[in-house]
Amino acid sequence: MTVRIANAAGFWGDWTLAPQQLLSRETVDFLSLEYLAELTLSIMARQREKNANYGYARDFIDVVHQIIPELQNQSSLKIVTNAGGLNPPSCAVALGQLLRECGLGSIPIGVVTGDDLLERTGSLTDSTWPHFDTHSPLGDRAAKTVSANAYLGARPIYEALQQGSRIVITGRVADASLTVGPAMYHYNWDWEDWDRLAAASVAGHLIECGAQVTGGYRTDWRGAPLGRIGYPIVEIAGDGQFTVTKPEGSDGAVSRQSVIEQIVYEIGDPSAYMTPDVIVDFTTLEVAAIGNDRVAVRNAHGKPRPEALKVSLAYADGFMASGQLLVYGKDCIVKARIVADLIAERLRQEGVDLGSFHVELLGAGDGVPGMVPPPDGLREVMLRISATATDRDPLEAFARQFAPLITNGPAGLAGYAQGRPVVRKIYSYWPTTISRDALTPQVSVQTADDWAAAEAI
Amino acid sequence: MNEKMLCLGTIASARSGDKGNHANVAVIARCDLGYQYLEKVLTIERVADFFNTLEMGKVERFLLPKLGSLNFLLHDALAGGASRSLRIDTQGKLLGTAILELQLPAPENLAKMRTCKY
Repeated sequence: MTVRIANAAGFWGDWTLAPQQLLSRETVDFLSLEYLAELTLSIMARQREKNANYGYARDFIDVVHQIIPELQNQSSLKIVTNAGGLNPPSCAVALGQLLRECGLGSIPIGVVTGDDLLERTGSLTDSTWPHFDTHSPLGDRAAKTVSANAYLGARPIYEALQQGSRIVITGRVADASLTVGPAMYHYNWDWEDWDRLAAASVAGHLIECGAQVTGGYRTDWRGAPLGRIGYPIVEIAGDGQFTVTKPEGSDGAVSRQSVIEQIVYEIGDPSAYMTPDVIVDFTTLEVAAIGNDRVAVRNAHGKPRPEALKVSLAYADGFMASGQLLVYGKDCIVKARIVADLIAERLRQEGVDLGSFHVELLGAGDGVPGMVPPPDGLREVMLRISATATDRDPLEAFARQFAPLITNGPAGLAGYAQGRPVVRKIYSYWPTTISRDALTPQVSVQTADDWAAAEAI
Repeated sequence: MNEKMLCLGTIASARSGDKGNHANVAVIARCDLGYQYLEKVLTIERVADFFNTLEMGKVERFLLPKLGSLNFLLHDALAGGASRSLRIDTQGKLLGTAILELQLPAPENLAKMRTCKY
């Protein structure tokens, strides 16, 4: 017997058909849906500024709408998601309304809060919230902070499940904890059973990016069709060993190589992968193909969880814009550089002061800057110019420089139809930490009907 | 290509990603022979030199022999990272594909290394 945990969203914007496709082919105990990258919460902060009921991943509501039949037919199916973002209660209200309309108002929804630290950043002093790497103090960035969230662990998810939730909505939790919580609920392992916590965390790390472990983003991507790529499922046994697989009949591939590529994805020191639940040692892992699209992972080891929790903080840091033009002709490289110089010169004429101005010739080797020289005989190149500024106005002026080149620049330019470049806010990322004791995660479980009614209050 | 050189991509796969403003580039050998060789020749210096145009800080190397893998952490390699880098590749997604073109001195058992598998 194992517990089967699938993940069908690796970030906000991932393939919205994935959850339905997965559940149409497989029965799982838990479906996890992961929506929060490092900076997603700062985008949600802007949405919440505009409307106090926003600030969560609305994709999630659409996804649940698509899988209503599976929720009705697979009575043991539970869902765990961090779609709550900055506003888990509002997400629960929207979900409650949907489920009530679909005749599923009795489904218990658990909401995990307590990760949001934004209100606390107002009272900060310079010496607090040191940068994770540089140890510099947050300083006057505190006043510009738009979101600050601690990475909670698996415990509140476990508690929400214990209290009867069929769907658990969290804000910021460690991605792997979306798998660890369900595994702990299923097996009731000891919270200091470091090796099993490590095993579940590795399983979570492997599926948190969705199809990156089932054939997406891999070096050998030509090895399998990707059109109907299956999203991953882990089958975790009572001793912590687990198998990675994907839905029967789906595209993609699960191989030893695809699994190892994902183990080493976005890690630093593999002997100390930090999560709120456990410190995981990846170097002891044993990975072996045991069947068609089935790969076993064994021998995870863990060390006691860290006292401090990671905090993901974002602060407003000026503006940026980026525009592109296709430059055509035998002289395209030279011409592209002249066009970039023209734009810079005209901005000087207007007295516009940009913080930075960055020119790339895409197709001529600038994907990885400076790595390969432009090839001979190139006939066209995509000129991309990006700029930053402290204020919005200089970038609006920058954005206006592209269109006039149709008539007053060189021959052989195309791509204006894309419209004027959009000026957007920059949110800089400030990783820091907070003591575990300074946080009190909260769990609230109510039926969908009750959540739906909560809005009226 | 020089007969005496070996392209990394012929004996390994790779994957890269971001950690704030750092990039990690992991190289996964296709067999033990390849891993043993890469542990010797795929040094911090070679990788730092290969990516020297990124204007980054230090490079760290971590070994995962049981997984045939070497993980390189490229400090401050992303010109500000996902939030504010002006590069098209804000998250270092291309670095894994790029490193597969790194040229290494060809080992004596190259023929065997090219075909061996886990």
